[in-house]
Amino acid sequence: MIHESLANGHSQIHRLDPRLKIIFATVYSFIIALSDRFPTLFAALALSFLLIGLARLNLQEVLRKVVLVNGLILLFWVVLPLTFTGEPLFYLGPLAVTREGILLSAKITIKSNAILLFFIALIATTSIATLGYALNRLRIPEKIVHLLLLTYRYTFVIEQEYARLIRAAKIRGFRAGNNMHTYRTYAYLIGMLLVKATARAERVHQAMVCRGFKGKFYCLHEFSFSRPEKIWSALMSIAIIGLGIVEWMEIA
Amino acid sequence: MDGNSIVIQLENVSFSYRNGESVMGNLQFELRQGEKLGLIGPNGSGKTTLLHIIMGLLKPSSGTVRIFDKPVESEQDFRIVRQKVGFLFQNADDQLFSPTVLEDVAFGPLNLGKNPEEARQMSLKTLKALNLNGFEDRITHNLSGGEKKLVALATVLVMKPDVLLLDEPATGLDEHTNIRIIDILNSLDTSYVIVSHEYDFLARTTRDIYSMQGGKIEYNGRSENLHSHYHRHPHGKAPHGHD
Repeated sequence: MIHESLANGHSQIHRLDPRLKIIFATVYSFIIALSDRFPTLFAALALSFLLIGLARLNLQEVLRKVVLVNGLILLFWVVLPLTFTGEPLFYLGPLAVTREGILLSAKITIKSNAILLFFIALIATTSIATLGYALNRLRIPEKIVHLLLLTYRYTFVIEQEYARLIRAAKIRGFRAGNNMHTYRTYAYLIGMLLVKATARAERVHQAMVCRGFKGKFYCLHEFSFSRPEKIWSALMSIAIIGLGIVEWMEIA
Repeated sequence: MDGNSIVIQLENVSFSYRNGESVMGNLQFELRQGEKLGLIGPNGSGKTTLLHIIMGLLKPSSGTVRIFDKPVESEQDFRIVRQKVGFLFQNADDQLFSPTVLEDVAFGPLNLGKNPEEARQMSLKTLKALNLNGFEDRITHNLSGGEKKLVALATVLVMKPDVLLLDEPATGLDEHTNIRIIDILNSLDTSYVIVSHEYDFLARTTRDIYSMQGGKIEYNGRSENLHSHYHRHPHGKAPHGHD
């Protein structure tokens, strides 16, 4: 369900302190989301590609994720050029395709891909568990961090339970169709999953209480911010400030 | 503590569900220091309920629970109990909730107030003692059923409990893991109660066996004298010896 296929590399990016990666990925996303000029956006896209290269990821895997998101972006290309008011470029029957609409779609496409690739390079190269502890160290509220970690842990268990229920239905001849029986079966299935998940949450909590849990989580991880982190922080700060200058000083 | 002091004592304990259905009535139970006790009984006989009452996860409708010779009632009392009494849950997936093995084993020591470095050292030592070297960075949900059980046992043992309660520790495990767990239990000098419906397993891990049925506990005798002849045949028809 969650495969974390990109988290197991050995590049320098993989080894970086996850706190640094989270901070820069966040700042970068804000900057790019707020940018509006093509020079900035293209520069950002180039930067993201560069990081993907440095992270030495399996490009096929990266492509699969990028294609998924661009499927959604395709929708913008269908809708925006036709609905955005502006100077008509050409006509599709009675509909006008506007220049502004096309530019906006292009911007959205570049922005999304730049941010997505940046996140793949920095965040997807960290395991969810490590990410959780890094967020904890960055003083993100504990409840949110543990929601993330427990969701991650029990997604697999619930997936197994779901597979078991589906199997139980199948071996008794269940085949999904467009009928009341199918809908009812799925409703029961989802209901059953909820009941099971609640019961499990209860048992997990009991097990935690038995090991002395008093509502406070302690973190075992220590992260180190050493030489490579300093160099990377400096380089990324320069890159992000550079992007900001290009955007707001209207250079190029 | 002398060899005979009582560590867990239940006096006239009754328990019924909210719908009024009674699971146990006026039950008496005692565990003495150093005792290794097996509790056998069919599904629904109240074995797990008994363990949950000892841990304070369920409240008895009447009767007293005394642990280390002190009556325990409030949540505050039970918090202290839980530092000394370890409980192994029936399903290891309920017990292991952290992403990695090390984190999970260290959870208990951290709750006891150890600092991260101490907790890490204690956890590594416990894993090593259970022959689980190299497991510390494994992702808990990727472990096999048997490995999960062993790690779950580590998460309990790392807290150095004075008493252990084990709920169906042998269920669903292969013979190899079973033997490992039996060896571990036999090497402990902790007192423990094992709840199971597998006679064979109890005979190999405990000295005295009690049976529970309809909410009542009855002494069955020394495990070595009681070997019933319902044994499992884990090897199928392949030639094998019986010990």
